[in-house]
Amino acid sequence: MRNLSVPSVRRPGWASPRVLWARGATLGVGAAVLLLFPYVSEVLDLGYYQSLVTRAFILALAAAGLNLVLGYGGLVSFGHATYYGLGAYTVAVLGREGVRQAWLVWPAAVLVAAAVAFLVGAVCLRTRGLYFIMITLAFAQMVYYGVVSFKQYGGQDGLRAPRTDFGFPLGERELYYLSLVVLAVCLWALWRLVHARFGRALRALRDNEARAVAVGFPAYPVQLLAFVLSGAITGLAGVLMAHHTQYVSPSMLSWQQSGHLMFMVILGGVGTFWGPVLGVAALVALEELFHAATVHWQLFVGLVLLGVVLAAPRGLAGLLEGKLR
Amino acid sequence: MPAVLVVEQLLNGVQFGLMLFLLSAGLTLVLGIMDVVNLAHGSLYMLGAYFAATVASATGSFWAGVAAGVLLTAAVGVLLEVSVLRRVYTRDHLSQVLATFALILVFNEAVRMVWGPQALHISVPRELARPVQVLPGLPYSAYRLVLLGVGAALAALLFFLIHRTRLGMWVRAGASNRRMAQAMGVPIGRVFTLVFAVSAALSAVAGALLGPILAVQVGMGEDILILAFVVIVLGGIGSVKGSLVGSLLVGVVDTAGRAFLPPLFAELMAPEVASNLGPTLASVLIYLLMAVVLFFRPRGLFPVHG
Amino acid sequence: MNWRVAFAVVAAAAVAALPWRAESQPRQLKVGFVSTLSGGGAALGTDVLDAFNLAVRHLGGRLGGLPVEVVVADDQLNPDVARTAVERMLRRDRVDLVTGIIFSNVLLAVGDLVFQSGVFYISPNAGPAEYAGEQCNALYLNVAWQNDNMHEAMGHYATLKAYETAFILAPNYPAGRDALTGFKRFYKGRVVNEVYTRLGQLDYSAEIAQIRAARPKAVYAFYPGAMGVSFIKQYAEAGLMQEVVLLVPGFSADQDVIRAVGKPMVGVYNSSHWALELFNPINRRFVEDFRRTYGRIPTMYASQGYDTALAIDHGLRATGGDISRKAEFRKAILSGFDSTRGKVRFNRNGYPVQDYYLRQVVELPNGEIVNRLRGTIFRNHGDAYVSRCRLPG
Repeated sequence: MRNLSVPSVRRPGWASPRVLWARGATLGVGAAVLLLFPYVSEVLDLGYYQSLVTRAFILALAAAGLNLVLGYGGLVSFGHATYYGLGAYTVAVLGREGVRQAWLVWPAAVLVAAAVAFLVGAVCLRTRGLYFIMITLAFAQMVYYGVVSFKQYGGQDGLRAPRTDFGFPLGERELYYLSLVVLAVCLWALWRLVHARFGRALRALRDNEARAVAVGFPAYPVQLLAFVLSGAITGLAGVLMAHHTQYVSPSMLSWQQSGHLMFMVILGGVGTFWGPVLGVAALVALEELFHAATVHWQLFVGLVLLGVVLAAPRGLAGLLEGKLR
Repeated sequence: MPAVLVVEQLLNGVQFGLMLFLLSAGLTLVLGIMDVVNLAHGSLYMLGAYFAATVASATGSFWAGVAAGVLLTAAVGVLLEVSVLRRVYTRDHLSQVLATFALILVFNEAVRMVWGPQALHISVPRELARPVQVLPGLPYSAYRLVLLGVGAALAALLFFLIHRTRLGMWVRAGASNRRMAQAMGVPIGRVFTLVFAVSAALSAVAGALLGPILAVQVGMGEDILILAFVVIVLGGIGSVKGSLVGSLLVGVVDTAGRAFLPPLFAELMAPEVASNLGPTLASVLIYLLMAVVLFFRPRGLFPVHG
Repeated sequence: MNWRVAFAVVAAAAVAALPWRAESQPRQLKVGFVSTLSGGGAALGTDVLDAFNLAVRHLGGRLGGLPVEVVVADDQLNPDVARTAVERMLRRDRVDLVTGIIFSNVLLAVGDLVFQSGVFYISPNAGPAEYAGEQCNALYLNVAWQNDNMHEAMGHYATLKAYETAFILAPNYPAGRDALTGFKRFYKGRVVNEVYTRLGQLDYSAEIAQIRAARPKAVYAFYPGAMGVSFIKQYAEAGLMQEVVLLVPGFSADQDVIRAVGKPMVGVYNSSHWALELFNPINRRFVEDFRRTYGRIPTMYASQGYDTALAIDHGLRATGGDISRKAEFRKAILSGFDSTRGKVRFNRNGYPVQDYYLRQVVELPNGEIVNRLRGTIFRNHGDAYVSRCRLPG
């Protein structure tokens, strides 16, 4: 792997009072805005935007999942939409078969995504470089065509996904908070993971595999575990999305969807912690902005993305970091 | 299974394979020598089809359209290389994938803006729009035979260029070890631009020739791009021979799979199962093939790098 | 992580989240128009949109007395994209009605969204059987036909002409399946093969080889848009046009296909609920003005787009311009309105009851290739599913 960003090393624990204050204020204001937004949106009649923010939470979760293997692991998986789509499809298929209890469906969906990630990872992790990218893509395509072939589950057209039963009605607002909470919990878990020995091993393997192995980090098990966890998190995002749109379709499993996820991670800054969140926020905002402005919005999104890749290789997080230096 | 049907499907497979070769040869060279993953390759294929369709309907001549398509697309290719791709040569594959993915979006929308959202129609030239008796009982479309011929001729030309000329020697040297080749005096920068232009031209030929069969519309490059990537990974990155073997393999397996698996399954198992499983397996077959090949030969069938 | 900058960004985002709401606008009608405006089906969506706009212009830029704003989105023949577009129209743009969808699979993916919001969906084309029977909905109206109708007409015609065997094909999506179901409902001969191809497939060499091997008396094929162009071209290129009679529904033989295929199509019989030469003032004005404004001969899709606007206008006039008076709006349209086909009446499931004609593709002395009216196949024909609909009439 060349030129992937290495997060800067900071002396652990120390930060100036000013920085601490700024950090606290940011997180505080950010949390307040996010928590109060549904009430604001009800008063100001912004239902559409609340739905958009929910969607951003869910995509941020998917991007965070991908970032674990892509950013921290240095493994360019071009087939991550598979886990996203499988999580969503499990909800829809179980719903079609009459199974709606949340405590059954959610674990089942995450398990399906994780299991497939295990199988795919077990085979793919034997290759490296471009071959790894291609073989993850190949498996993704196999799953895509497999799912499309099930006419009774919608085939090419997709399937309605009923919301699972939590014992209380799951409306738009409940879904907003549910997504926010799930995102926050997963981000916290990822933070712990990345800063633990496992995370250090993963990053070491990314930076210089030969050296890391020589030092004693076992490449295959660590990377496979990362792959499975990443698949599970992305699958969880799929479950949330199925609840949000109440509809699943094969495009959720497509390689274009994988590319879209990769974009969000890169835009935010691959290998950084907040990169996925920033990237999703920026991309969703950009898409909406351009969509409202012109019919040819895809052109502008493409140009912006091109500009980011060429000019800001460390993404938005990198830009933000650069400001201080 | 009648022999005639088998021969017909074989011809279809080889024809498709040769068209795929035009697309993947350029891709493998660009990747092998310049070490650039170019997802926008499918967009060059699309541009070739669009330019050809436009010129063909303006002049009334199909072949003028093809020629114009090739030249114009090669020009766009050179422009692209000089402006955008040069900046990503030194970057990692991920950045290249994303930069060229962004280019796909830009190209798709640009084409939509210039030509409008509706699909263009090019017709097969009238002299070729009739069947030819290839074997007794086997009328085969004359146009598809021409595609076979053109594909085979271009493949032969490419081989001659690569294996019998100095330029080809430089290209092979660059593919196998770029720095060493540079150290030995090969003008790598110019070779890069030329290779990219040729790869764009080949994709344009494929696009222009497949246009009458497959319909010229925005996004037509994406599906075939995936197949091209499968081919080059299968064949070995940087190897034109590998890309030829790979494309023929993929073309024949894909066509044969789609033609023969569903009826085969229909005979072996219940109709509902067969009607789902047959086509699915057929679509998935080439990916399975690639996975199996990579399992035994992780660098492809004919790896180039030492 | 530069927290000061991050704080600035978050604060800015919080401020930007405040709505930039436009001042409330004077009473107008917002129509959400989702259609296939790109790819293989683009000619159809464009025709519907152009004709809709033409009708609005004919009505002085107003429908039911209200100024009209049309919000347009392209569904790219993709149920996903359509869903996102419809969601945006319903929740952000607050449209009063939704219309425009050409393809039934797209409609079935967004219908529930529209109905759940209490908004009318008026279909200018897609007429799936799903909304004709038990799942009929008071918010659903279709000004064109139910998917089976055109095919039922050709099935009846094939029976009248005593074609003993038929080879039938359609794409594998809801309208395709409805098509062959409809044909078989009225065709009394023997179906030698029933083939469903992939939606969007453009290479029919395999199927044509099968037809040649089966030697039927007639072939019935339903392929709209680019699929139809490809199929008919390849059918002619294979030399089958002279050997086996090709019967198609109006969709596969209308001007969009004729424009792309040309002379090889002359002689093909097809069914339709509308024809260029229908002699009523609305149709004459529509056809002449469409040709003059857009420089091309209108297809049946265009006539349907035109009629959609007329229907909305008729319904709104009955409610005094108030779209929220839904029961009255619906009743006014159901009881009939004047369209390019004359007066059209509806069944209680929202689908029309009308005549179906036989057309043939001919070459005019001036070289133009058009459809000519040849006769009437059905009179006052409704759909086969209405008995299962429990809505009030």
